[in-house]
Amino acid sequence: MHPILKLVAQRLALSTLLLLAASVLIFAGTTILPGDVAQNILGQSATPESLANLRKELGLDQSATARYFNWLGGVLQGDLGTALTNGRDIADSLGGRLKNTLFLAFSAAVVAVPLAIFLGLLAVRYRERWPDKLISAVTLASISVPEFLIGYVLMFYIGVQLGWAPTVSTIYDSMSLGEKLSAIVLPVTVLTMVVLAHMMRMTRAAILNVMQSAYIETAELKGLTGFQVIARHAFPNAIAPVVNVVMLNLAYLVVGVVVVEVVFVYPGMGQYLVDHVAKRDVPVVQACGLIFAAVYIGLNMVADIVSILANPRLRHPK
Amino acid sequence: MSDTLLKVKDLKIGAKIYPPGEKPKDIEIVHGVSFELEKGKVLGLIGESGAGKSTIGLASMAYGRGGVEITGGEVWVNGREILHTNLRDLRRLRGMEVTYVSQSAAASFNPAKKIMEQVVEASLHAGKFSKKAAEARARELFAKLGLPDPDNIGERYPHQVSGGQLQRCMTALALCPEPDLVVFDEPTTALDVTTQIDVLMAIKEAIRDTGVAALYITHDLAVVAQVSDEIMVLKMGDMVEYGTTDQIINHPQEEYTRDLVSVRSTQHDGKPPTDNPVLRVENVTARYKGTNFDVLHNVVMDLHPGQTLAVVGESGSGKSTTARVITGLLPPRDGNIVFDGRELSPDLEGRTREDLRELQMIYQMADVAMNPRQTVGTIIGRPLEFYFGMRGAEKRKRIIELLDEIELGVEFMDRYPAELSGGQKQRVCIARALAAKPKVIICDEVTSALDPLVADGILKLLENLQKIEDVAYLFITHDLATVKAIADSIAVMYQGKVVRYGTKAEVLSPPFDDYTDLLLSSVPEMRLGWLEEVIENRKMESAGN
Repeated sequence: MHPILKLVAQRLALSTLLLLAASVLIFAGTTILPGDVAQNILGQSATPESLANLRKELGLDQSATARYFNWLGGVLQGDLGTALTNGRDIADSLGGRLKNTLFLAFSAAVVAVPLAIFLGLLAVRYRERWPDKLISAVTLASISVPEFLIGYVLMFYIGVQLGWAPTVSTIYDSMSLGEKLSAIVLPVTVLTMVVLAHMMRMTRAAILNVMQSAYIETAELKGLTGFQVIARHAFPNAIAPVVNVVMLNLAYLVVGVVVVEVVFVYPGMGQYLVDHVAKRDVPVVQACGLIFAAVYIGLNMVADIVSILANPRLRHPK
Repeated sequence: MSDTLLKVKDLKIGAKIYPPGEKPKDIEIVHGVSFELEKGKVLGLIGESGAGKSTIGLASMAYGRGGVEITGGEVWVNGREILHTNLRDLRRLRGMEVTYVSQSAAASFNPAKKIMEQVVEASLHAGKFSKKAAEARARELFAKLGLPDPDNIGERYPHQVSGGQLQRCMTALALCPEPDLVVFDEPTTALDVTTQIDVLMAIKEAIRDTGVAALYITHDLAVVAQVSDEIMVLKMGDMVEYGTTDQIINHPQEEYTRDLVSVRSTQHDGKPPTDNPVLRVENVTARYKGTNFDVLHNVVMDLHPGQTLAVVGESGSGKSTTARVITGLLPPRDGNIVFDGRELSPDLEGRTREDLRELQMIYQMADVAMNPRQTVGTIIGRPLEFYFGMRGAEKRKRIIELLDEIELGVEFMDRYPAELSGGQKQRVCIARALAAKPKVIICDEVTSALDPLVADGILKLLENLQKIEDVAYLFITHDLATVKAIADSIAVMYQGKVVRYGTKAEVLSPPFDDYTDLLLSSVPEMRLGWLEEVIENRKMESAGN
């Protein structure tokens, strides 16, 4: 077998294992929470019989292990269970939310990743000069300010004072793509500012590290311009560390948008999760946790695989 | 003078250095060097490290490596002064009129790009050739440089070809844009002798056939004598002597040049083997963990007390692996190590402190073999404490004795490794090994990283110490000149096997086996026409077979 296929297969197997472990943790975590779901649903006035009936109906009289495997079996068939609070199928309500979150994350990534890499290249090209320092200062400042604050500041100046973008980003299925995009301008801006610094600085550091290599001197002595040397010769060798940081930030865009979604009233998964945590709706929390874990593990696996593919020694063995 | 291609006049080059604990300061590393090079001629720049050879070579492209800056003088290429020209003109010069071949092609090729892409890049960038024409020219050069499968080798990545092949690819890279001048910076230094000879011939023929001029930078006078028309000897940034190759090799005027020409004058008469070898390697077969092939096959050799056994071979022949087995770092799969009549434990954990004391090591890279935060006194004192429990005045007295033996004074006691030269560092490592009063010292390529004159000094020191301390050396090297200078007996290794073994006189006298013959005939000799002679002999031999 080609060594690359073997490595990729290994990564896939490992990720699956990791996801399984995460599901155990999520299930255990929500199970050991104090309190009784049946009591919560029925309230103070519940009779012992009705409590017992409900427990049986929810399967709470079974052992934790049996409940875990029931749940896992359902998940594997696409059945995430029903929400306790409104009795609706979780997979149905979550599907639309997840789509919205991915849409927001994807839009932010399309802006942030190329911008971060370009700024990183630019910072290397003008290292230790004013463009480098300016880029570092601005991106560091934007990562240091809490995202809800940036959100409200942008909302006030750009949304309210200047009126350039809507302050509420609620989107509906009936909206066209253009309408949706214009609705999410502000949250995308905030998310971009939050993830930019990390990726930009990693790009800069990784490329500067490569710039010490002898083949960079060879490229300079071929008469290439500074930017050509960086983009053609340094960047291809800096892909592995950059991809790792990019993937971590993409995962953050999916998992960490809770605050931004709440600030801009965006109907994504984060808001859905916050609502149901407040209501102690355990199956929804479990389902969201599992999806977040899958996104994290999946993106990191992609980063691993890209790093492997970026290495010519592995791609083209002797 | 229309034939003058490169004219360097009173070139001065400075650099910023950062001495430990002091403010950075500017120093001058080349002090006013002048020379001229005609079209199609080859000038050899020779000198030890720090002589400013590479710096001068790069200055002909108006390039300064790291903090190096050209501070004065003039450099003219094709009738244009290039030190004060703008960056755009300079980029046209670099990679088109003047190109560069570096010492390590392995590091100078971008690992992420195909060889062909990198070879034609400069030509395409300058718009000199179309992609098709440039690639055709590259393939032609690959063939001329004797690369296997010249039509397809460009499609490979740098890690997919050998070191010697990559060095030839680098030469093709430099020749592809049809430059007027190529700067060769130690292009064969990192190669094994048997590979060096092929690359050297390929470079020489390519220079002759394309009519390009060249600056050939090296520390090896025997190599430069084969390819240059003229030679300039440099020392510490100053020109020492400048003349035709014949003048420099056969009639050197300056004392420094004479030293360079006559280096390795050490004579050593081999001693006969004794009945009780101090170290016996008995039928050792070994492999590295996690691999499924043996790197050593039935290795047998004896080291006699107070004598030197030289283990020679190319990289990958198993020399250092043999040392790892002897020291217990790599337990063998089969066979024994017998030391002074007793069998040693195969792995390090099983050996007593006395076993460890009697077998010491000195390494190739002296600067990474010492703790940079410890003074010379601490470094040499450590084995005295560890093995003999010495303290205070007694320890100090012994340290001073050892410093005296390695020809460094007591004032070196409080210095740090960073404040020593390469040769001094290696001497400290020797003293540290001697401090344990060992019966055997394994010397792993101890002179390979040193300049010839410094290396010669180390060899003389080792020989004197052998007489004083009666210690035996297992001397690992790829350099046959070193072997001749120091060995009593010799083991020639090839692909994990000992192919020839015996006293120095036996091993170095005919009839030779094929490999030893190849190895011996590949060592450059300091006379004109040697290269052609060897190549001619080999052609005749292969025609005869």
